[in-house]
Amino acid sequence: MSNGNMNLTLKVWRQKNAQAAGKFVTYKAENISPDMSFLEMLDVVNESLTHKGDEPINFDHDCREGICGMCSLYINGHPHGPKRGITTCQLHMRTFHDGETITIEPWRASAFPIVKDLAVDRSAFDRIQQAGGYVSVNTGGVPDGNAIPIPKVVADEAFNSATCIGCGACVAACKNASAMLFVSAKVTQLGLLPQGQPERYRRVQSMVAQMDEEGFGNCTNTGACEAECPKEIKLTNIARMNNDFLSAKLFRQEVLHEEQHGGA
Amino acid sequence: MSLDAKIPQGPLAEKWSKHKFNLKLVNPANKRKYDIIIVGTGLAGASAAASLAELGYNVKSFCFQDSPRRAHSIAAQGGINAAKNYQNDGDSVYRLFYDTIKGGDYRAREGNVYRLAEVSVNIIDQCVAQGVPFAREYGGLLDNRSFGGSQVSRTFYARGQTGQQLLLGAYSALNRQIHAGKVKMYTRTEMLDVVVVDGHAKGIVTRNMLTGAIETHAGHAVLLCTGGYSNVFYLSTNAIGSNVTAAWRAHKRGAFFGNPCYTQIHPTCIPVSGDHQSKLTLMSESLRNDGRVWAPKTVELAEQLRKGTLKADQIKEEDRDYFLERKYPSFGNLVPRDVASRNAKEMVEDGRGVGASGFAVFLDFADAIKRLGEETVAAKYGNLFDMYIQITDENPYKQPMRIYPAVHYTMGGLWVDYNLMTTIPGLYALGECNFSDHGANRLGASALMQGLSDGYFVIPYTLGDYLATIGPKKVDTSHPAFEQTKKEVIEHVNKLLALKGTKTVNEYHRELGHIMWEYCGMARTEEGLKKAKGLIQALKADFWKNAIVTGDNEEVNASLERAGRVADFIELGELMVDDALMREESCGGHFRVESQTPDGEAKRDDENFAFVAAWEFKGENQPEVLNKEPLVFESVHLTQRNYA
Repeated sequence: MSNGNMNLTLKVWRQKNAQAAGKFVTYKAENISPDMSFLEMLDVVNESLTHKGDEPINFDHDCREGICGMCSLYINGHPHGPKRGITTCQLHMRTFHDGETITIEPWRASAFPIVKDLAVDRSAFDRIQQAGGYVSVNTGGVPDGNAIPIPKVVADEAFNSATCIGCGACVAACKNASAMLFVSAKVTQLGLLPQGQPERYRRVQSMVAQMDEEGFGNCTNTGACEAECPKEIKLTNIARMNNDFLSAKLFRQEVLHEEQHGGA
Repeated sequence: MSLDAKIPQGPLAEKWSKHKFNLKLVNPANKRKYDIIIVGTGLAGASAAASLAELGYNVKSFCFQDSPRRAHSIAAQGGINAAKNYQNDGDSVYRLFYDTIKGGDYRAREGNVYRLAEVSVNIIDQCVAQGVPFAREYGGLLDNRSFGGSQVSRTFYARGQTGQQLLLGAYSALNRQIHAGKVKMYTRTEMLDVVVVDGHAKGIVTRNMLTGAIETHAGHAVLLCTGGYSNVFYLSTNAIGSNVTAAWRAHKRGAFFGNPCYTQIHPTCIPVSGDHQSKLTLMSESLRNDGRVWAPKTVELAEQLRKGTLKADQIKEEDRDYFLERKYPSFGNLVPRDVASRNAKEMVEDGRGVGASGFAVFLDFADAIKRLGEETVAAKYGNLFDMYIQITDENPYKQPMRIYPAVHYTMGGLWVDYNLMTTIPGLYALGECNFSDHGANRLGASALMQGLSDGYFVIPYTLGDYLATIGPKKVDTSHPAFEQTKKEVIEHVNKLLALKGTKTVNEYHRELGHIMWEYCGMARTEEGLKKAKGLIQALKADFWKNAIVTGDNEEVNASLERAGRVADFIELGELMVDDALMREESCGGHFRVESQTPDGEAKRDDENFAFVAAWEFKGENQPEVLNKEPLVFESVHLTQRNYA
């Protein structure tokens, strides 16, 4: 923990595009205030690169308050850096020491090709959501909000899963580059709520099939995803997803279920 | 040009129903013959794209982020209003309408605001049906809270992440339509111009942010859902990427800009910690439900606090000034945002500001923790407290928070009629991008309501009327107007890339922000605004001479993206100053020092300024022309706002 301003050495992954070879380049970050966020520290480095006519380091970022899921830096071997339960943009420089060397890499997974430097292409996540991460209702013609009572504990549990920001830290943390935590969070949110019941078993199969098609790895229950998730999504989501997936596969549950609930 | 707002005749409560009946319909079999372009995927854009695709239109949807889920609506915290009256506490559509008109300081249209209140109830039903996990009571029904100066509990919420959950609901509806092939999604794509053919909007020009390809897209109508322009102030609570470019380029093609000077400064943000700061973080104003705002009574005590020789909890009760409770006994800490912000500013100017910089007041939870227990306070505000701890390294359970106002929302935006159409036929503006429903000040939990109202429940009706009128005949990108507009965009990009000066784009942006905050921020004077105009003009000239833009077009180039946005912000800044200078009254978020009551409250001038200012672009470096749309009040009686 540092108080005065710091001087740091950064080892940053630079790569022009997905096809080009990448390499680490070393930069000095000088006179860094401990109150800066990690991204503000990179802003300072980029300003000085720009002044020298060099190309600034490219990284994804937007809201800078931990909710949009855009920032995605692998810092000293951890997605979003060494602290738990926060995104890169919420990491502050007071976490580091004067004189420290910090290694900054992009998310590494074959399903997340590099866009440039530290930014990667996470469109695979969108395609998984498109495969079934919704309740099939059109605008209008829905029942009154209070016509569907939901026990508070169920609503709260669904909410815990719904807090996923789709950043991809779970994939980056996993030695298999598995996306199971991400996919299971949506499957769990909608699988717990009454609105999600009619399509529950169809949904899990479509989303898992798309996940496999995108080339994400398998889950071997090491739990690195849970440990590194900035929103602290629990591993139990994966258990719930496996349960629904197996039920669907073994018992053709979606047929029975849709007969009972009137599916899509 | 005379502006026709197209507000339907007849009693307030019947306007929208009658209008819906009078609007032309597009035959279900014909809908697939129409292509709709929608720019932006926040609450307004995603909900419009999903709803229009469900109806059968072909939609092309664009966002500059890597995924539609990241639009800045995601960051809204507090909640969404709806006149459900689930709490049996006296709410109604009329009350929500009245509160919104009054809160906006009588500078919004009655017809629009009533419609907003009317459809608010449908929004909640829609979101619940999508699986949005709103907060619930133990009985399983939806929970509500009172929010931002409201005397009824009509705010629905999902912890402190309401915007995220509502956006993910709209995103899921959008995803369903992408999967069905009815929406084609373009991510990492920035709109750089509107294509106008024979006076009608027929398409857009975009830049692919991965390859630099400048491309054209044609459609029967173009919907801009591109958010607000708070980042003209450099420091704001907006996302770094939030920008005015789409709206500004549309403005330069003929869309009038409504009330550009109406900006909202949010009272409860985390104060600036230094020059390195890139953005400000808001903490939901729901905190004011239980937190008490105060400053030390004397300058001497404030000085000791600033030096750190005294801590907040060492200040005796009788030495604290709970200034909002003192001045506004019936509303207390829940006065509207503009009033709360201005009072904090007065404390600072009085020398009673706290924190190392002196630009802060306290928001204290000690009483709430005593009354409710730490556990209950944590359950209500835990994620906000955690955020505060992350940023400041201070513990608000033990010490009061330090807060200061920050720019948060812009009520101004592209002028639209009742159908949400701009002054360019076929070009629509939805959500924060338009100027329509909040007047001079927006009430808390109303932004989410307006974005979703426009997208789910207004545009699906009003757009059909225009489409039925023009017919399904396509104008495609081979029309010379597309080539011409594309050529102009390429010239603009090349002009930016040629800038190899000495100052970074970020430095210009910060300087613009300083000018705007100082002279066009919480308090504005004629003298200051005149000075600001000169400073902005000089800044603009300097930018086009001395800015540095690195790299090439044909690659990922954040420097180029940023430069285009800042160039547009500089031009917008000047228009905001013109608008603020013209409006010689105080209303809502626009406080002209020359126009105040003896108590120092905002003083409106209804005789001379009860109009919407709609500015018309007349060419580069030409003064813009002011068009006035008179505001007619048939249902409410205009009163000076009084929250005492």
